Amino acid sequence: MRLLALETSTEYCSVALWQDGALTSRCELVGQKHSELLMPMLDSVLREAGVKLGELDGIAFGSGPGSFTGVRIACGVTQGLALGAGLPVVGICTLLALAEAAGQDKVIAALDARMGEIYHAAYAKRDDAWLTVVEPNLCKAEDAPMVTGEGWHGSGSGFAAHENALAVRYAGQLASSDGTAIPQAAAIARLAAPLLVAGAGMDAALAAPFYLRDKVALTTAERLARGATA
Amino acid sequence: MKKLIPQLVLGIESSCDETGIALYHQQDGLLAHALYTQAAMHSEYGGVVPELASRDHVRRALPLIRQTLDQADRQLADLDAIAYTRGPGLAGALLVGTSVACALGYALDIPVLGIHHLEGHLLSPLLADPAPALPFVALLVSGGHTQLMRVDGVGQYTLLGETLDDAAGEAFDKSAKLLGLGYPGGPELAKLAEHGDAARFKLPRPMLHSGDLDFSFSGLKTAVLTLTKQHEMTDSTRADIAAAAQAAIVDVLVGKAQAALKQTGLKQLVIAGGVGANRLLRSQLDAAAVRKGVRVFYPALEFCTDNGAMIAFAGAMRLRQQAPQDGYAFAIKPRWDLQQIG
Repeated sequence: MRLLALETSTEYCSVALWQDGALTSRCELVGQKHSELLMPMLDSVLREAGVKLGELDGIAFGSGPGSFTGVRIACGVTQGLALGAGLPVVGICTLLALAEAAGQDKVIAALDARMGEIYHAAYAKRDDAWLTVVEPNLCKAEDAPMVTGEGWHGSGSGFAAHENALAVRYAGQLASSDGTAIPQAAAIARLAAPLLVAGAGMDAALAAPFYLRDKVALTTAERLARGATA
Repeated sequence: MKKLIPQLVLGIESSCDETGIALYHQQDGLLAHALYTQAAMHSEYGGVVPELASRDHVRRALPLIRQTLDQADRQLADLDAIAYTRGPGLAGALLVGTSVACALGYALDIPVLGIHHLEGHLLSPLLADPAPALPFVALLVSGGHTQLMRVDGVGQYTLLGETLDDAAGEAFDKSAKLLGLGYPGGPELAKLAEHGDAARFKLPRPMLHSGDLDFSFSGLKTAVLTLTKQHEMTDSTRADIAAAAQAAIVDVLVGKAQAALKQTGLKQLVIAGGVGANRLLRSQLDAAAVRKGVRVFYPALEFCTDNGAMIAFAGAMRLRQQAPQDGYAFAIKPRWDLQQIG
């Protein structure tokens, strides 16, 4: 089973190739240059492995939450590749990718969502599979949903941007945290492989970003209502 | 070594609030095209919300590509090249079409080429039958642009004049908003104007006699605003103001287009862009053309607005004379001067 995974939801750009459990991957800090670097990066990963796109069994991408534009680049490229090569696609939540890469069994994942908020979720590993303890959500760090018990590991940029608020929120429950952890294609690939094997891959046109922040503008009616109450 | 010219070109347009896909064949012409307009979604917000536009393009692009291929009874494997709108436009929206285009080109191992959105509009009249012969003067009028260009060939464009502030389409939309009409207001204003008396109110014709080929429309909305405050807004008064605003915009466009023809000595005028669908503009241009012995060409109504056909066509024309882009890395150009493309 071979799959290619793409991740561009943060200022990093990463690509991974999964071949029956063997992973080759690349990850670079690119700022906002994903569009210029993603295609050459995935091309070189495939070339170095001597694998052609058509020999893959599927394509996975980090579906978000994260940078709207970044997530759409991975999604658009996934759509184009999968359409052209006739491959199924799998979108993987970036918060779950953080948990997967953490090397811990109980993970609170938090990505800086700007505007004073975080993308947040909590996961626990049982029998080598991840259970979702808290569904992905958008919240203020100080209002982050509670978890039970101790020994949690915090992962992701949310723990850097809101270190104190999250330390207070999970006082006594956090055993460790890593605010520098980022969602990466390697973790996306590991999470996507069993899904593709199980036949959960979707048609290319169904590859869709997972934004979490859905209210991005006010309708005219909402603006008038706010003005009227202001 | 002579390279073969790509024959079947897929065009992808996603620069604003319309997802357009088309298939153009070098010999057989336009085979199929499909368009999804987001206007209804944005109308609730009173204008285009860039983030929502981007989100919608992601949903529409692939189904429209498949629909277009089906219509033309072609397979993905039949494609020889992909042309996509690289700019100018909304960055997030451009990225959707661009990323799909470049990744699809990579997967199919066919060349891709980024197209300037306005070049698509400029060349779209050549899709019509009869088509104008080169060279011609093009009046590009839309919600984002108002330009007079001299077109000598593909990639040979000389800017003759342009708006110094608002675009003509913007003047339509803003006047419509002041009259309480929905978005996009241009067509609504034109509809209301049909019932109005354009002679009741006299609005300024900005820069009509400025001696150059530039435009200015920002003062017009102020004049419209003043009228709406001075008069009770009965249905007939609103219609009269709409008619006056439309007449002022159209007068300026027609006057400047005539001046451009005179200055260049050319006898063919091509109208491109959404405002080109305006009936009063068409009838006045036609009347002026008869008087001056020039010919006016309009793209089919469906190609006045943004569309994929013009991108597929511009891509096909360019691929006749130039190499595609090198590789599949992409970099959009949200701001891109048409003069910079050769």
